[in-house]
Amino acid sequence: MSAEGYILREEDLLPLSIGAAILGTGGGGNPYIGMLRARELIRAGAVVRVLPLHALPDDAYIGEVGGIGAPVVGIEKIEQGEECLRAMRAVEEAAGVQMYAVISAEIGGSNALEPIITAAQSGLPVVDGDGMGRAFPEVQMCTWFIYGAKASPAAIADEKGNVVVFRHVQDMFWLERFARDTAVAMGAAAGLAIAPMRGDFVKKVAVPGTVTQALELGRVVLDARAKRHNVVDRICGATGATLFFTGKVVDVERGMSGGFNRGTAVIEGAGEWAGSTARIAIQNENLILWIDDKPVLMVPDLIMNVDPETGEPITTEVLRFGQRVAVLGLPAHDLMKTPEAMAIVGPKAFGYPDIAFKPLALGQITA
Amino acid sequence: MIRIGIDVGGTNTDAVIMDGADVLAAVKSHTTSDVMSGVVSSLNLVLAEAGKSASDVDVVMIGTTHFTNAVVQRRDLAQTAAVRLCLPATQSLPPMVDWPEDLRDVIGNTWYLAHGGHEFDGRVISPLNEDELVGIAADIKAKGINTIAITSVFSPVSAEFEAKAAEIFARELPGAHITVSSEIGRIGLLERENAAIMNACLRDLSHEVIQAFRDALAGIGFTGRFFLTQNDGTLMEAEFAEKFPVLTFASGPTNSMRGAAFLSGVKDAIVVDIGGTTADVGSLQKGFPRQATVAVEVGGVRTNFRMPDVFSIGLGGGSLVVDAAGGVKVGPTSVGYRIATEALVFGGSTLTTTDLVVADGGAVIGDPAKVAHLDKDLVARGRARIAEMLDDCVERARVSADPLPVIVVGGGSVIVGGPIAGLQLIKPNHFACANAVGAAIAQVSGEVDRVYAMAEISRDKALEDAKTQAVNAAVAAGAKRETVEIVDVEDVPLAYLPGNATRVRVKAVGELHVG
Repeated sequence: MSAEGYILREEDLLPLSIGAAILGTGGGGNPYIGMLRARELIRAGAVVRVLPLHALPDDAYIGEVGGIGAPVVGIEKIEQGEECLRAMRAVEEAAGVQMYAVISAEIGGSNALEPIITAAQSGLPVVDGDGMGRAFPEVQMCTWFIYGAKASPAAIADEKGNVVVFRHVQDMFWLERFARDTAVAMGAAAGLAIAPMRGDFVKKVAVPGTVTQALELGRVVLDARAKRHNVVDRICGATGATLFFTGKVVDVERGMSGGFNRGTAVIEGAGEWAGSTARIAIQNENLILWIDDKPVLMVPDLIMNVDPETGEPITTEVLRFGQRVAVLGLPAHDLMKTPEAMAIVGPKAFGYPDIAFKPLALGQITA
Repeated sequence: MIRIGIDVGGTNTDAVIMDGADVLAAVKSHTTSDVMSGVVSSLNLVLAEAGKSASDVDVVMIGTTHFTNAVVQRRDLAQTAAVRLCLPATQSLPPMVDWPEDLRDVIGNTWYLAHGGHEFDGRVISPLNEDELVGIAADIKAKGINTIAITSVFSPVSAEFEAKAAEIFARELPGAHITVSSEIGRIGLLERENAAIMNACLRDLSHEVIQAFRDALAGIGFTGRFFLTQNDGTLMEAEFAEKFPVLTFASGPTNSMRGAAFLSGVKDAIVVDIGGTTADVGSLQKGFPRQATVAVEVGGVRTNFRMPDVFSIGLGGGSLVVDAAGGVKVGPTSVGYRIATEALVFGGSTLTTTDLVVADGGAVIGDPAKVAHLDKDLVARGRARIAEMLDDCVERARVSADPLPVIVVGGGSVIVGGPIAGLQLIKPNHFACANAVGAAIAQVSGEVDRVYAMAEISRDKALEDAKTQAVNAAVAAGAKRETVEIVDVEDVPLAYLPGNATRVRVKAVGELHVG
């Protein structure tokens, strides 16, 4: 195994989960349970190495694992623990290969932690990168599927020892559909592993450095709190994020369609933005930001809502009237902005055909 | 109906006596170190002031911080065994996994995972295994533990296994104190289990405390029923409170807000309860405090209680006022209950918010001559700073754009000089004892929180079922059936689940049945 990268320590897990929740752009699920599980494994002696993309051998196989189901079930029927590991082992068996490392589909939210847990159990390293650089609602929205990864063999495992292998599926859309239905039959909390991907492919298509990015983002938030710095300034300085708006939520409208939480939040400006109004469209994650009816920030760029005083991420589920919000924007990785990617994760793909994507530029990184 | 409300806080014990909707008398006294002698003297005082005798009183309602303080201070907690019915699920995180170590050690860190548990839709994860539970009971007995907390996965959907396991443990360990999680918490396994374990470890103490209250009341000649208030602003009978002490957590802020609503006659408002050290700010909706949506920690342990969504700022009647380089600074340090000796108006040497108000002519407290020398400009800037802090916290607590009134209560509320955040200001009679009034007027509730598969049951039927269960729960808790109303219905479709799985929460509240 490569000696590159670094070992994840117990004290890294809290900042990592805070950073992952912020990169969740309002969705992605709460990383709290995953953080506790990773902490238990590391306390028991597991070693997790975070491996940079460039350290992956071209011919090595990389396995993506993650939880699939409903977030509310995840907080009640907590995992037996080895669901993702069993799914990954089933994929290895079906494909006739051995994994070299594991990787996360989405760094935003709870699935930032699942591969770390599988890494701790298997002794494999976890790749410093992911398939989104944020959170998105569906399996096919990963860079590797956008850029042609095979969808099978994939496998899903529950806590009871059931493992279902999808030996042949036509494409990632069929995988999303079958996996979702199987997960519900399994009690709506299961582990999903997808087909092995070669190292050279992952190096080309994964969003690089996102485990470290989440970790550092969380560290900055905790440090700013401890030193009573302005947490929003610190986040911007550390990541190149831009503060787009600050204000108070004055309306939240929610609905449910196609199995997703959809809605709109309206924010009344404060301070520099007094007199302005912002609006955010939501489908599990934050999709589009309008300021005074002008679209200024949109998917796939990241729209991150945090508490202006604590930097605590504000998920779309807990958005409510009266809440103070700082709306930050961060450019998505270039891999998410090609024509192929825009067809899957651009404004049009989310039902906003009239909004042209205007990419956000990276702000100045000062710290 | 004549009733007495008592609020036993860390600093003050307040008592009121009410006849129907009229407050006959209200008294405030310091909490004593043995607590009960303070309770007895408050009771005697308030009866004397109202010219009533204990035999005139129909019911007594008590709000107390006893149990919260026991957990916070890690004292008087029983050795407890946590049993989770779950296998093979949930093994990755054992009970008490995220507890502060000292608290976990104090109660013995004893836990067992056993077969059982349900899925979100009511299917069984694995059947209950009686032999396994009998074996666990023998182990618990061998360890000399007599207190058990049982938690089954998705017990808010099906409580069947928790009830069966409780039966087995009661049979194997006669006399043991058994708490089952579905009677305490809602969905969220770790938080509900935490609450069940905390409840269990308080059972020995609750037995003593309830007995002490019973003795104190008997000592003044009261022989009727008495109740404790819980964190959702409703009552539980003493016998029930003895079984569920954990439900008293954070009942103080709830009582203040309910009392504020009652005294002012306003049901939708922002309430600011100002004490000596802090101001608690929350929002009233239909006469009840709005509840928190995020996990609330008690003594370092995450819970998902029905806690009021209240936040505190370091501003009270005893807050220190310091004229610093960057402007005048108010709080968060406070002289607290030492205000009676340390504030300038009482001959002390510390400048407090109360001194500013007296110097400004806003109130007559202590000796106004002792603050006559204060710089007018400092007084004005200090009061402006206080007003700014109040404006800010009220703005934060507003949950709608409507111009709601602000109700100010609590002993420290003399520091409020005028309207807050441009909203109508209400300072009701008896504002200083609003918490005891809130205890006295508390109602009785029942709540249901479960997931329905709408593919199998229509939404109307599911809501109807949940409402019936909530009403029955309220009646079982002591409400008059004809007065029970549904006060809260929430149905949240669960993302990513087909079959329209929906989480339904219903709360019913009614008048206490006396007689």
